[in-house]
Amino acid sequence: MKRGLPAAVEVSPREALELMARGARLVDVRDAPELLAGTVRGAIHIARCELMQRVAGCAPDTSATLLLICASGVRSRLAATQLAALGYSDARSVAGGLARWQREGLPVESSRATGDPDWERYARQLALPEVGEAGQRRLMDARVLLVGAGGLGSPAALYLAAAGVGHLTLVDDDRVERSNLQRQVLHRDAAAGESKVLSGVATLRALNPSVEVTGHDVRLSEANARELLACQHVVIDGSDNFATRYVVNDACVALGIACVHGSVFRFEGQVSVFWPGRPGGAGPCYRCLYPAPPPPELAPSCAEAGVLGVVPGIIGLLQAAETLKLLLGAGVPLVGRLLHYDGLRGRFDEFEVPRDPLCPACAR
Amino acid sequence: MSEIVVRIPAALRGFTDGADELSASPGTVADVLAQLRVRHPQLVQRLLTPEGEIRPFVNVFIDRANIRALQGLASSVPAGTVVSILPAVAGG
Repeated sequence: MKRGLPAAVEVSPREALELMARGARLVDVRDAPELLAGTVRGAIHIARCELMQRVAGCAPDTSATLLLICASGVRSRLAATQLAALGYSDARSVAGGLARWQREGLPVESSRATGDPDWERYARQLALPEVGEAGQRRLMDARVLLVGAGGLGSPAALYLAAAGVGHLTLVDDDRVERSNLQRQVLHRDAAAGESKVLSGVATLRALNPSVEVTGHDVRLSEANARELLACQHVVIDGSDNFATRYVVNDACVALGIACVHGSVFRFEGQVSVFWPGRPGGAGPCYRCLYPAPPPPELAPSCAEAGVLGVVPGIIGLLQAAETLKLLLGAGVPLVGRLLHYDGLRGRFDEFEVPRDPLCPACAR
Repeated sequence: MSEIVVRIPAALRGFTDGADELSASPGTVADVLAQLRVRHPQLVQRLLTPEGEIRPFVNVFIDRANIRALQGLASSVPAGTVVSILPAVAGG
């Protein structure tokens, strides 16, 4: 090669399709707006500028076949070379890119989430200079995972779906109980007894059919956290117990993902954004603020202590607002700051959250 | 303004007869907690370990600043400031 780079391995579009049928993963490395021209069904999208940072989360096995595609085959070739240097032993570029793929008559789909947006639906936010058409396309390309489809996850998921965040994933292993309905507004009366993710997915799809909603009826644990959280742009922690909160934190720290934290107790709530992996300005993580959970006897749950339904509503929506800001790159996120809401006093207070230089999770 | 105010979170009001604010005299954080201990011993027991350290699931702020980033229990609480106590809560 003239530039001294090793030659990237190339495959024809047809060979790529056959490799995909045998389980190979295809990564579309184009920028988000280019996806409007359509993409290959089953491809995952990671823009080339983010590839090095995010590929490990999406393709942890460096010996598996990884296919790369772009518009004409130039960027994907560079990406394949970079991945080879990163240790991927079988990264291959699709020769001629999507242009040749289409010329050869191979199937291309205009995905629901990346197709022509429903401009009328989003008119009021398109009018905001911080959103606009480019911002709306960023939202449609975004992946947000919500841990918990309960009091916090319900309002957050509803508003993110309404705003057109393209890919939402709910993780929760609970069933809907009648005592949930006072605050968990994702779930209808008739859903009592049903799986929360099943009920939540149905509600969100009905609200905005252009959003791709996925549900995992599992409990997030150390064993599955990294796999579930990989490839997400933002994780919303709306869980209801300390064990899960520390699992979410540690996985987000390891994967470099922003974690939008919310927690409530009676008439009070806390919100912050934990993001040690933030480019250009690392923030603290949950362990920097709370190094260890309280023993169970000192930590009454909402079931015992009670909670007014609007409190998780308010806190969950603040989490949604922080998430939209992060996805849009708008404003100043709650990184390094904790917002505390006291509903009885009707007061918000803001506190500083410094990084812990000795934090076992995020200090390097 | 010769006093300081200590804000008590909902989770700990069971130890202050329901009061959401207490007043104390200025000093260090340790001095302030010593004053509270006289009136509300169980409250302070929840905040400090038997060795007298702030528990890892509790944060104490002087106005906006976290005492972990200052001098811990030796941090100064001047007259007119607000001390906020914030324990970790898990509800979702």
